[in-house]
Amino acid sequence: MEWETVIGLETHAQLSTRSKIFSGASTAFGAAPNTQACAVDLALPGVLPVMNRGAVERALRFGLAVGATINARSVFARKNYFYPDLPKGYQISQYELPIVAGGSLRIVIGDREKIVHLTRAHLEEDAGKSLHEDFHGMSGIDLNRAGTPLLEIVSEPEMRSAEEAVAYAKALHALVRWIDICDGNMQEGSFRCDANVSVRPLGSDKLGTRCEIKNLNSFRFLERAIDFEVRRQIEVIEDGGHIVLETRLYDPDRDETRSMRSKEEAHDYRYFPDPDLPPLVVSEAWREAVRAALPELPAAMCERFINDYGVSEYDARLLISSRDFASYFEAAAQRLIELNPAQLGNEEEARRNYGLAIAKGMSGLLAAQLNRAELDIAHAPVSAAQFAVLHARMIQEVVTSKSAREILLALWESPQTDESAIDAIIEAKGLKQVGDADELGGIVDGVLAANARQVADYRSGKEKAFNSLVGQVMKATGGKANPKLVQEILKRKLEG
Amino acid sequence: MIPYCADNFASIERMAISLVDVKRVAHLARLEIDPAEAEQACERLRGIFGLIEAMQAVPTDGVEPMAHAQEMALRLRADQVTEADGRELFQAIAPQVEDGLYLVPKVIE
Amino acid sequence: MATAAAPGLPTLRQMLNATLKELAAQLAARKVSSVELAQYFLKRIETLGSQLNAFISVDPERSLAQARAADALIAAGSAQALTGIPVAHKDIFCARGWLTTCGSRMLSNFVSPYDAHVIERYNQAGAVIVGKTNMDEFAMGSSNETSYYGPVRNPWDTAAVPGGSSGGSAAAVAARLAPVATGTDTGGSIRQPAALCGVSGLKPTYGVVSRYGMIAFASSLDQAGPFARTAEDLALMLNVMAGFDARDSTSLERAPEDYSRALTRPLKGLRVGLPAEFFAEGLAPDVARAVEAAIAEFKKLGCETVEVKLPNMRLSVPVYYVLAPAEASSNLSRFDGVRYGHRASEYTDLADMYRKTRAEGFGAEVKRRILIGTYVLSAGYYDAYYLKAQKLRRLIAQDFVEAFKKCDIIMGPTTPTAAFNLGEKAQDPVQMYLSDIYTIAVNLAGLPGMSIPAGFGAGNRPLGLQVIGNYFCEAQMLNVAHQFQQVTDWHLRTPPGFAQ
Repeated sequence: MEWETVIGLETHAQLSTRSKIFSGASTAFGAAPNTQACAVDLALPGVLPVMNRGAVERALRFGLAVGATINARSVFARKNYFYPDLPKGYQISQYELPIVAGGSLRIVIGDREKIVHLTRAHLEEDAGKSLHEDFHGMSGIDLNRAGTPLLEIVSEPEMRSAEEAVAYAKALHALVRWIDICDGNMQEGSFRCDANVSVRPLGSDKLGTRCEIKNLNSFRFLERAIDFEVRRQIEVIEDGGHIVLETRLYDPDRDETRSMRSKEEAHDYRYFPDPDLPPLVVSEAWREAVRAALPELPAAMCERFINDYGVSEYDARLLISSRDFASYFEAAAQRLIELNPAQLGNEEEARRNYGLAIAKGMSGLLAAQLNRAELDIAHAPVSAAQFAVLHARMIQEVVTSKSAREILLALWESPQTDESAIDAIIEAKGLKQVGDADELGGIVDGVLAANARQVADYRSGKEKAFNSLVGQVMKATGGKANPKLVQEILKRKLEG
Repeated sequence: MIPYCADNFASIERMAISLVDVKRVAHLARLEIDPAEAEQACERLRGIFGLIEAMQAVPTDGVEPMAHAQEMALRLRADQVTEADGRELFQAIAPQVEDGLYLVPKVIE
Repeated sequence: MATAAAPGLPTLRQMLNATLKELAAQLAARKVSSVELAQYFLKRIETLGSQLNAFISVDPERSLAQARAADALIAAGSAQALTGIPVAHKDIFCARGWLTTCGSRMLSNFVSPYDAHVIERYNQAGAVIVGKTNMDEFAMGSSNETSYYGPVRNPWDTAAVPGGSSGGSAAAVAARLAPVATGTDTGGSIRQPAALCGVSGLKPTYGVVSRYGMIAFASSLDQAGPFARTAEDLALMLNVMAGFDARDSTSLERAPEDYSRALTRPLKGLRVGLPAEFFAEGLAPDVARAVEAAIAEFKKLGCETVEVKLPNMRLSVPVYYVLAPAEASSNLSRFDGVRYGHRASEYTDLADMYRKTRAEGFGAEVKRRILIGTYVLSAGYYDAYYLKAQKLRRLIAQDFVEAFKKCDIIMGPTTPTAAFNLGEKAQDPVQMYLSDIYTIAVNLAGLPGMSIPAGFGAGNRPLGLQVIGNYFCEAQMLNVAHQFQQVTDWHLRTPPGFAQ
C-alpha cells in the first residue's frame, strides 16, 4: 500500500524580551542557576503576574507578518499540572482565545512553493529546567528559564514529508528573526519544534492517529525524527498493529523516537481563565502602529530585488537569508548607483547593472570571507559603502578583481570606517591596475623574450601557450595588469 | 480545543460523585488519600454537590461568563529588568538545595 | 514590659479603648511612646491572649524595633496618622522576616523573604506589627477551626467560635489585644468574624487593596480590609491600605481618596435598600430583631427604606463553592515541597514526594476544597459546574446593579445567627458553608461590604449589621456606619474579662 505522511508543527519561539513575561527578572541566557528566578518566577506565596508589553508586541508583529487575525481580546488561562520545573503547578498560557488566529507561511521546497496555513499563535511562559546529572540520586532544578516568554505557533497538518516540515521550520525560523522577535538560537533552545506525525493510505481524507515528537532542537533532527517515525508507524500498521496517541521523544544518539514514560498518563490540564490576569485587549491603534513599524517582509523584498535590481531568483533568496544581509545589499547597491562609476545615463539600467554586481560580490567574495571568519554580516568589518566603492573601482578598471580581494582582506584585518579607506589601501599597496599600454608593452616584451619556447609553441598552433603567457605577464605585474589590455598587446606582438 | 457547549445542563442527569471520582481527582491534585479518607471525602463531597446542584435549575442561556470581579483590560508593564539576583535569600527557606539548584527526587522523562 | 508600677500605666489604661485618633494625639503629645504602647499590647497578648489563641506569631524584638523607629519619627515631627500604632496582621500577609503560615502546616516553617503590599503600606505609615493573627487554614473556613494552630475562641464566650477565616484578627480587636487589625474576605471572612466578635470590619471593592503578597485563596474574590472598633478607625486604616499597586494586575488605577472625608455627613434622605431575601427563612429571630432595631435607628437619622430584590442571591453559596475551590485548587498547586514550606520526610519518588507533602501539609478542609475545585475543572465537568457558576455569578452581580438603581446603600444581617459553638458545625461542611449565605454574594459581585456591631443575641453573643455599598462607595458606607455609631454604643462594648 502507498502511504501519505501528514505533519503539523508546534513551534515554541522564545521572544527576545529583556525581562520575563510576567516578572521583571532577566531572560539573559547562561546565568548561574536560579540567579534570574525572582519571587514571581519561584511562585512564592502571594506573588502575582504582570504582563510584559514587549512580549505582546512581538506576538503582534508575528501575527501581522503572517497575515493572521489579531484578536482584539484574548484570554490567559492556567494549564494545571505538576512538574518540578513548573513552580506554580500551572503554566500561564492562552487556550480558547489566543492573541493570533490563522495566517499562513510561504515555503520553498527545491523549486516548488507551497502555502502552509497556521492555526494560531499564543503567548505563554516557559518552564525551568531539570538537570539530570546525579545529585545523590536526585535531580537539580534551575528556574532561570521559568517565565521566559514564548510564542507557540501551531501549523495546520499540511506538510506531507519531512522535507516540507523542514522547509516550513526554516521559513518560520527565518521569519521570526527577520521581524526581530526571537534570536532563533536553536542550541540555546530559543526555537524548538514539536512535530505531530501520522500516516494514512494515500488518497484517504481521514487523518491517522498521530504521535507528538518532542526534543527536536535542530532541522536535521526534525528531518530524521520524522523519517524514523513515519517508517515506524507504517511498519506497525502493516504488521497489523495500530498507532497509539502518545508523546515520543527523539533520541539523536540512537536516531529513533521512543515513548515518553512520564507523559503516558492521560493529562487533564483543567484549563480555566487566570483570575490574576484580566483579558488582554489590543486596540486597533496599537495594532496598526505595530503594522506600520514592521520591516519589509522577506517575500516582498525578494520580489523587489528581482524586479528592481535584476538579480536572479536564486540570488534574491540568498540576499534575503537575513534582514542584515538584505539591508547590506541594498545599502551597497544604492551607494554604487550614486557613485555611478560606469557613467550610465539610464537609471533603470544603472540599478540593474550595479545591483547585479553587488549581488555577485556578496554571494562570492563577501560570503566566502564571512564564512571563513565565522562572522555575521552585521559584524562584517567592511561597510556596505566601502563594499560599493570597491566595486566602483573594479568597474572603473582601477583595480582588478584579484586586487579587490586583497583590498577586502586588508580592510578586514585593520578595519576603518570611512569609505575613502578603499582608495587609501589601493594607493598604499600600489594595487592600481597597470593600464598604460607603453608600460605594459615593455613588460610583455620582457616576458616574450624570457619564454621563447611558449612563443614557439603558440606560433606552431598550440593555443594553450597563450594563456600561459598571459599568466606570466600578470605575475610580472603582481596581478595589477588590466587583463583585457594584456591580451590585446600579447596578441598584437605575437602575430605582428 | 474544547468549545463551550450550549446550556442544556438541566436536562442532564448527573451521577453522584463516586469513590472512583474522588481517587481520580486526588491523583490529579497530588494528594495521598487512604481508603477510609476517600470514603469520608466521598460522602462529604456528595453533600456539598447536593448544595451545588441547585445551580442547574436556573437557565443561563446567552449569559456571558464572569471571570473577574471588575471589567478591566490587562495592564501591561514596560519590558525592563527590575529584579536582581535574590538566590541566597530565596534558597535560605528551601527544603533542599545544592550548587544553587533545588533538589527533588529524580525526574524521569 | 509595662508593669503595674510603671509611671505610664494610668495613661496606658486609657489607651485600651482609645480610637486611633486619640492614640495618635497621645503619641504626638508624648504622653505615651510607641514602645510603651507596643509593650502594653504585647503584654495583653501574652497574658489575656493565651485563652483566645488569636495569634500565631508574636515577635517582641521586631515589634519593639519598629516601635523605636516610630518614636524617632514622632520625635522628628514626621508622624502620619498611624505612626507608632500597633496593628495585628492576619497571617495571610507575607511580612519580611516574619513567620507567615496562612494557618497551615504547609507553611509552618515559612519565613517570608518579602513584604506584601499591605504590610509595606503599614510599615511606610510607621505602624508597628504587634503580631500575626490566627486564621482558618488558607482562609478556608467560617469558624477558625481549620487552623493548623488550633481554633481561636470568641472573647465574648470562649465556648463560641469567633467566625472565620479572619477569626484571630476579629478576636484580637474585640479583646483589645491590638487596637486594630487587618484581614481578608473571600466570602465573608472579614464581615462574618467582625459580626460574631462585635467589632467593625470592612471589605473594600475588589481591586481597591492590592493582593500582592496576600496568600491567594480565590483570586477573583479575595480582598483585604481592616478591623477596628469604629468606622472612623476603619477609614484611617483604609487610607493606608488602599491604593494602586503595579504588582497586582487586578489593582485599580484610581486617584487616592480620603475615606474619612464623609464621616460626618448627615444621612437625611439616604435610601436604604432592604433585600427581601435577607429577611426570609433561615434568619434567626434574635438577628432579625437586632437588624430591625438598627434600621429603626437609621430611620430616626432621616433615612428612607426601600425594598429591593436580589433574586439570584440564593445561588451565591453553590456558585461560590464551585468558583472559590476551583481557583483555590490551582492557587494551592505551588505548595509542592520543592522551593519552600513543608516537604514530607519520607517518600519513594517524585510523585510520592508530592502526594505525601501535600497530604501532610494541608488539613482536611483545604484538601476537601482542592478536591471539589479539581473536580469541577476536570474534563467533562467544566461546563456543567465551572462555566455554569461563572454565568450565575454575572446574574448575581446584575441583581445588585438593579438594586442600586433604587437605593443608595443596602442593609441586612451579616450572619444568619450569632456565633455558634466550637465543634458545632465542624463535622458538617454544608451547614458551615451556609453560615456565609449573606456575605458571599458581595464577593461574587466585587462590591464593598462591611459589618458593624448591632447588638447582642442568644447567649449575649454579638450580632452584626451588614452594610453593602455600590462600587467604590466605601466613604459613604463609612459615613453611614459612623453616624450609626454616634447614636449607638454596641461598638464600645468590651467582652467581660478583657475590659481591664
